[in-house]
Amino acid sequence: MISLGIEGTAHTVSVGIVEKINDKCNVLSHVSKMYKPKEGGIHPREAANHHAFYLPKIIKEAIDKANINKEEIDIIGFSVGPGLGPCLRTAATAARALAIALKKPIVGVNHCIAHLEIGRALTNCYDPVLLYVSGGNTQVIAFMEERYRVFGETLDIGVGNCLDKFGRSIGMNFPCGPKIEEMAKKGEKYIPLPYSVKGMDVAFSGILTACLSLIKKEKIEDLCYSMQETCFSMLAEVTERAMAHTEKEEVLLGGGVACNARLKEIIKTMADERGAKFFSPPNEFLVDNGAMIAWTGLITHEAGIRHKIEDTKIKQNYRTDEVQVLWRN
Amino acid sequence: MEKLIKRGAEAEIYLAKWRGRKAIIKRRIAKKYRIKEIDDDIREKRTKKEALMLAGARRAGVSAPIIYDLRIENSEIVMQYIEGERLKDKLDFKKEDEQMEICRKIGEGISRLHSDGIIHGDITTSNLILFDDKIYFIDFGLSSRSEEIEDMGVDLHLLMEAFKSAHKNKNLFKWVREAYIKFFDRGEEVIEKIKEIERRGRYMRKVT
Repeated sequence: MISLGIEGTAHTVSVGIVEKINDKCNVLSHVSKMYKPKEGGIHPREAANHHAFYLPKIIKEAIDKANINKEEIDIIGFSVGPGLGPCLRTAATAARALAIALKKPIVGVNHCIAHLEIGRALTNCYDPVLLYVSGGNTQVIAFMEERYRVFGETLDIGVGNCLDKFGRSIGMNFPCGPKIEEMAKKGEKYIPLPYSVKGMDVAFSGILTACLSLIKKEKIEDLCYSMQETCFSMLAEVTERAMAHTEKEEVLLGGGVACNARLKEIIKTMADERGAKFFSPPNEFLVDNGAMIAWTGLITHEAGIRHKIEDTKIKQNYRTDEVQVLWRN
Repeated sequence: MEKLIKRGAEAEIYLAKWRGRKAIIKRRIAKKYRIKEIDDDIREKRTKKEALMLAGARRAGVSAPIIYDLRIENSEIVMQYIEGERLKDKLDFKKEDEQMEICRKIGEGISRLHSDGIIHGDITTSNLILFDDKIYFIDFGLSSRSEEIEDMGVDLHLLMEAFKSAHKNKNLFKWVREAYIKFFDRGEEVIEKIKEIERRGRYMRKVT
């Protein structure tokens, strides 16, 4: 079975094509374009225009790269939410057009769950706790009683948003995470920042405010280092708590911030210390990508879930635990 | 002499002796994933805070372990060992009128905590012990100070969920609620808030 997925929740528009062979996920192709604002944060309408401009091109490119005929596609998946309305609508429109033209079933996919499923498909983990960290989302998710439940999450901004906002204020361009990571390597002194863990939840706005107020007083390298160490330690702590609570022994990473090598190291150390296993798919599948939507669409369809075109309205606030996970027992 | 009885995500619990008495040692363990500066600071602050909240609970008239010793350098609290029955294991085996009596005491205890601005943060039946006709509240590791209705609501809501997932009698929370409202002048407001918290769905275990 071959599935084409369209991702378009925020900055990235992406088309991926995957095939299921012997119960394994085989990524045939995926092509992405990222909208980068000239200044400031993401402008939803401009991002949507960007996506609309590139979508026809990257759909064709993905099909060419996969080396298939478009008639061979069995399912069209798309990111139905959560995300920015204009971006979601653009991706949904492209998916509907494709489904109608090719006369193939369409499946709306929850973006957060897609991060988890592609991780499960491409690594050897089975029942992990997912630490999903990106610009807009920061959640600790695990499977329990037929659903993926959010055990912990940010109470204010996503960890990536915290890094980006700080990065922008010191003149970096989006995405700032990789630049902050480089700077942090040169940091030598830890500057105390508000470590904010509430049960299994985290909050980052206090760290951001503190860092912004220290820009002129401290070395930027030290601030980047301290910010990373504080944010990532908090994430490791709530992830560990969720693992203890759910008695799961695997931890999986997802989301763009998980490309950060220091975060990987911290989570791996945490896992090692408690005798658990650490998993992370390659970076290209940590960031938003069409392949994860294609794959999740495929397994959703196989589980017997059917969406009519009329049911494909986008859900900006789509919650992870709204989805009935029928493909897992 | 120390015997490990529980290993949590954050701390280890030991059964030990303190000046001839049976005691519990709660030790927050060092985490290698955190740099030392953060780790030392967090463990010290939380140990102090937990001791403060434990003492605060007792001052509010709630049964909770007495602190025997505080060893900040080891992130350790040495406290009273509460003999008795963990409610998680025993509640379902009590007669209905006993269950009602127990739940009323729980409600009264929580109302006292909340009246004094103490949010326990983890009220499940695993953290309630029945001893000498009293309900002891243990594990103040996640507790905090707050006067917010929202925080009190989340605190109570957790117990409601714990009842649902681990116990049979459907009236347990109702009895807790009745006592809570009776002893706490903002009780009604908190109960109203719980309905809102439920609707958000975030903390739901089963979505129907």
